[in-house]
Amino acid sequence: MGAKATRVAFGEALVRLGAENPDIVVLDADLSKSTMTEHFAAKYPDRFFDMGIAEGNLVGTGAGMALAGKIPFICSFACFVVGRFEQIRMSVGYSRANVKIVGTHSGIGIGEDGYSQMALEDIALMRSLPNMVVIQPVDAVETERAVEYIVRHQGPVFLRLMRQKVDDINPPDYQFHFGKGTVLRPGKEITLMATGGVVGNTLKAAKILEQKGVDAQVVNIHTVKPLDREIVARIALSQGRIVTVEDHGITGGLGSAVSEVVSELGRGRIKRVAVEDFAESGDPEGLYQKYGLSQDNIAAKALELLQD
Amino acid sequence: MEVEKLKAIAKELRIDIIRMLAEAGSGHPGGSLSCIDILVTLFFHRLRHRPADPNWADRDRFVLSKGHCVPALYAVLAKAGYFSRDELLSLRKLNSRLQGHPDRHRLPGIEASTGSLGQGLSVALGMALAGKTSRKDYRVYCMISDGECQAGQIWEAAMAAPKFKLDNLCVLLDYNKIQLSGAVREIMNLEPLLNKWRAFNWNTLEIDGHDFHAIIQALDDAERAKERPTLILCHTTKGKGVSFMEGKWEWHGKAPNREEGERAIQEILAQN
Ligand SMILES: Cc1ncc(C[n+]2csc(CCOP(=O)(O)OP(=O)(O)O)c2C)c(N)n1
Repeated sequence: MGAKATRVAFGEALVRLGAENPDIVVLDADLSKSTMTEHFAAKYPDRFFDMGIAEGNLVGTGAGMALAGKIPFICSFACFVVGRFEQIRMSVGYSRANVKIVGTHSGIGIGEDGYSQMALEDIALMRSLPNMVVIQPVDAVETERAVEYIVRHQGPVFLRLMRQKVDDINPPDYQFHFGKGTVLRPGKEITLMATGGVVGNTLKAAKILEQKGVDAQVVNIHTVKPLDREIVARIALSQGRIVTVEDHGITGGLGSAVSEVVSELGRGRIKRVAVEDFAESGDPEGLYQKYGLSQDNIAAKALELLQD
Repeated sequence: MEVEKLKAIAKELRIDIIRMLAEAGSGHPGGSLSCIDILVTLFFHRLRHRPADPNWADRDRFVLSKGHCVPALYAVLAKAGYFSRDELLSLRKLNSRLQGHPDRHRLPGIEASTGSLGQGLSVALGMALAGKTSRKDYRVYCMISDGECQAGQIWEAAMAAPKFKLDNLCVLLDYNKIQLSGAVREIMNLEPLLNKWRAFNWNTLEIDGHDFHAIIQALDDAERAKERPTLILCHTTKGKGVSFMEGKWEWHGKAPNREEGERAIQEILAQN
């Protein structure tokens, strides 16, 4: 069992930052008890707005508040808020509105609710907008630092959070460097590059590989967009082999982003570990097994890539 | 007599719902219990359907737009014979056909995949429009919830159905007045709700959604309406039948544990 869910760390960070910055406003859509904005709502009731089950209007209202000088955090399950893509595209992206889109309950890690509540296309969609930043913190401390950064960042941001508790990966004095990958474990032969809730399993996969005599590096990518091209290029040109790991659909996520860089370089090989179907209900552990996000499968993919 | 039969089935299925949710350890009891009497009346009194031939082209359709309340639908479908009642306890488990929200691809009897609120009514409208276009006489029933009426797409569908004179479409609104995090009135007020549907040119009816006579009567009235869709505003109680769940948003999306489940079942059994 992990320490804390990133959505919980987000809720706490909002309360703290709300005291420092009176421009921060929070909008939710009848999910404040799940997105953890209920704490901000209790502390700053005049800066919290429940828009009801009406996510299209949530996006548009957030855009309007941003254009009028506020720093709105618009929050819901990632599938529902990003599901209003056309509103985001027009009123947020194209309008250059300083809106912070927060999507919780991303990926198959939510478990029993099943596909309708799992965001598996959100990174792909948000990545496609020219000025949208995409950040997925790996643990509580990275979430806190990332939220601080997001408040300072001028322009739209998509913050992707998880429902489930995750282990602490980073040290308590961790510093967030926007747009930079973090080496969590050095290694010479191959790199496992992961984002979000599956970083824990990826580290375990590196241990499995170590037992098989393979020295694997693990890199955490918290900023999926803009991607750290430098680190990808460095690895592609040196080790030449990258396995990407993410709790997101196989199309358009981290794996695609890294593939774009690798194929432009014309050097290096990649394998993508991601969700390849609509997924389903089940316990999170069982789902990770079935859909290939287990440490065993991550290690197996790395071995395949080494043998090719 | 008919109403007694429906009552007995509803009692039995309330227990199924509690059992399923307690076994799954997650899910939505409040809205499942508020809509079960209406679902029972539809499936065991009104719908023209053949459980053994779920894809029969001339069947009436039922779309559960408030997809999170699918335990109620599973209980009804199993009782009607679409699949074995033994399967009910597989709810929400890995590889089960009984997904946490309806998946039409996996299970016979599920007409539309829902779970993102606000979308099912448009799909039902499409089925009704297709029926008119191909001169079929099947009817389409759709259940929506009150919090769901906050979604803009509900009102896009509300606008379209009268334009196309869809008198083969009947919407049942589970008006339990509570959504996920509180009272609908406080989260985002919808009142006057019935007047809104009237203003959109629907034939509107208002009933007690736990009164089987009233539900039957309203379904009859809906069938007699010509050239207009019907909206039945069904006053219900969230968590109906289990005293500690009734009227409480806390039981919107929380499963009973074993002890709570047992207590709920004893209460339901004790009711006449
Ligand atoms: C588009 C969308 N936004 C949010 C949710 C999360 N959610 C599930 S149930 C629910 C509350 C529903 O309340 P209501 O519509 O009144 O249903 P009922 O009381 O009948 O359960 C919410 C917000 C969702 N399923 N879909």
